[in-house]
Amino acid sequence: MASLSRRDVEHVAHLARLGLTEDELARLEGQLNHILDQYTILTRLETGSIPPTAQTIELENILREDVAGPSLPVEEALANAPGRDGEYIVVPPILGGE
Amino acid sequence: MSELTRRTAHEMAGLLRRGETSARELAEAHLAEVERTDRALHAWLSLDPERALEEADEADARLDVARHEGPAALDALHPLLGVPVALKDLVSVRGGQATAGSRILAGYRPPYDAHIAECLRDAGAVILGKTNMDEFAMGSSTEHSAFGPTANPWALDRVPGGSSGGSAAAVAAYHVPLAIGTDTGGSIRQPAALCGIVGMKPTYGRVSRYGIVAFASSLDQVGPLGRDARDAAALLHAVAGRDERDSTSAPIPVPDGLLRLAADDDEAAAELRGKRLGLPREYFVPGMEPGVEARVREGVAALEAAGATVEEVSLPHTEYGLATYYIIAPAEASANLARYDGIRFGFSVREPAADFIADYKATRGQGFGAEVKRRIMLGTYALSAGYYDAYYLKAQKVRTLIKADFDALWARGFDALVAPTSPSVAFRFGARMADPVAMYLSDACTLPVNMAGLPGVSFPCGLADGLPVGLQLIAGPWREAELLRLVRAYEAVTAGADWRRLEPAELGLAAVPDAPTPAERASALAAADRVASSTAGWPAT
Repeated sequence: MASLSRRDVEHVAHLARLGLTEDELARLEGQLNHILDQYTILTRLETGSIPPTAQTIELENILREDVAGPSLPVEEALANAPGRDGEYIVVPPILGGE
Repeated sequence: MSELTRRTAHEMAGLLRRGETSARELAEAHLAEVERTDRALHAWLSLDPERALEEADEADARLDVARHEGPAALDALHPLLGVPVALKDLVSVRGGQATAGSRILAGYRPPYDAHIAECLRDAGAVILGKTNMDEFAMGSSTEHSAFGPTANPWALDRVPGGSSGGSAAAVAAYHVPLAIGTDTGGSIRQPAALCGIVGMKPTYGRVSRYGIVAFASSLDQVGPLGRDARDAAALLHAVAGRDERDSTSAPIPVPDGLLRLAADDDEAAAELRGKRLGLPREYFVPGMEPGVEARVREGVAALEAAGATVEEVSLPHTEYGLATYYIIAPAEASANLARYDGIRFGFSVREPAADFIADYKATRGQGFGAEVKRRIMLGTYALSAGYYDAYYLKAQKVRTLIKADFDALWARGFDALVAPTSPSVAFRFGARMADPVAMYLSDACTLPVNMAGLPGVSFPCGLADGLPVGLQLIAGPWREAELLRLVRAYEAVTAGADWRRLEPAELGLAAVPDAPTPAERASALAAADRVASSTAGWPAT
């Protein structure tokens, strides 16, 4: 299995949208590689013909009736938003410009 | 200190029905006990005495009505009516707080109740407040809480275990007879073991997770912590069952037998006669403390002496459990925690004149603690392009093998497996903080049970070096009542043991006014370690 370089750590942090300090990046490089070393034990197992398990109870196609019910009032649904403008949540611009 | 707080929940239920105490008196006595020792323990993140006393008065009103209607009406009341309980601070209660031990959720007010909060209100339980935990339930010591650590009432410079460490310490310290925890890899059972109480992780799907902050969705379960089997069973009964709002909650009936565990010791002990128990040899892991192994083997001998047959068995893929878990759980966590974006709720940093990616990064970088970031990094890496097959898919396949190990034993007719809960007793603050892998090893004996989706319960089996040791029982899916009857039987056959009469050794010390807080104790220990290592000639790191 692979080991992570400093650039890899920075790339994964970007994918995870985590802003990390220089100290954190340096520490994580060591710790993540130490943890990845523990994973190598899994290569000892031949699993080519083994199906994966994503969940352990055999429930399938759990559906509910398609009926409208009460939902949260707008005021309560938006009450936790850090930035609000009336009935809207303020989001940062995702297209360039002011 | 009120003697009322030393009662079990089922004793409290009796007192309430006979009119010998009131729900208000119980709530006040327990709140006073929190006041007396929680500075030194820090089991709680928030208390709501006003609301608790309102709920207590409502419970008293329901009791009054039932008392006038007669014995049948009293019998119909849930045994938790009027009983104080604690919730781990990841359970939503409308208008309260639900930090999940994280700075990123500080100030967040859930706009709705978790399913289990509704269940507890229906039963008439009195919620005193919310307990401390490792951030997002990631940890085995409660040291990863953004709001400071919790101390173990048996030894104040040691951890209570985690992640449900606040709930376990609160129950052990008589702040409440019962508390709710969650268990993704051992987070109910390991702190129960380290604090000397009973804690159960039910079958995956037994309890609805609607309104519970998610960690790893194929593993998380909600469960009870209490001071004996009957109390834990009553709390499980109150919260278990199908809930349409959690499609993974199973439409399997919840047995009323949970409310009828034998009160009489002889009747309870008879449950063990003829039971076939397996003792998985792989659970006596390298590095297990000799004192823990000794208590566990004595516990097993007591089960045998009471009429169970115990056979050594093998769960051959146990050694792969840790690696498998530490791929699957972080992968699921990295997806679940993507929702904390600083936009809709929670902590938020907006960088002036920066792009939205920078806002996300600043919010998450400052809002999450070190362990959560580590797991998000691991999970993101394991799911990223080029590594998915090698890590996540591989781990899911090994998960199949781990589950098959258990299935093979159920097929051979074993009623349950008996094993240690934790390879060690409570460890000192800081002992495992520098090395994540050492912390992860705390859960070696509990996390395979989550990966197989099975019910498991930890219960006290004595002390090693003055600290509690937990014994674990594991059974096939949906067999929680059978497990709790076995725990009740073990309690009956060990009822005369000296250790059963002991209160947590440093509870008295916790009551000293101006006792140091756990955070103060932890930093004093860290400073002492730095002095020790510098005088030994090691570089301070």
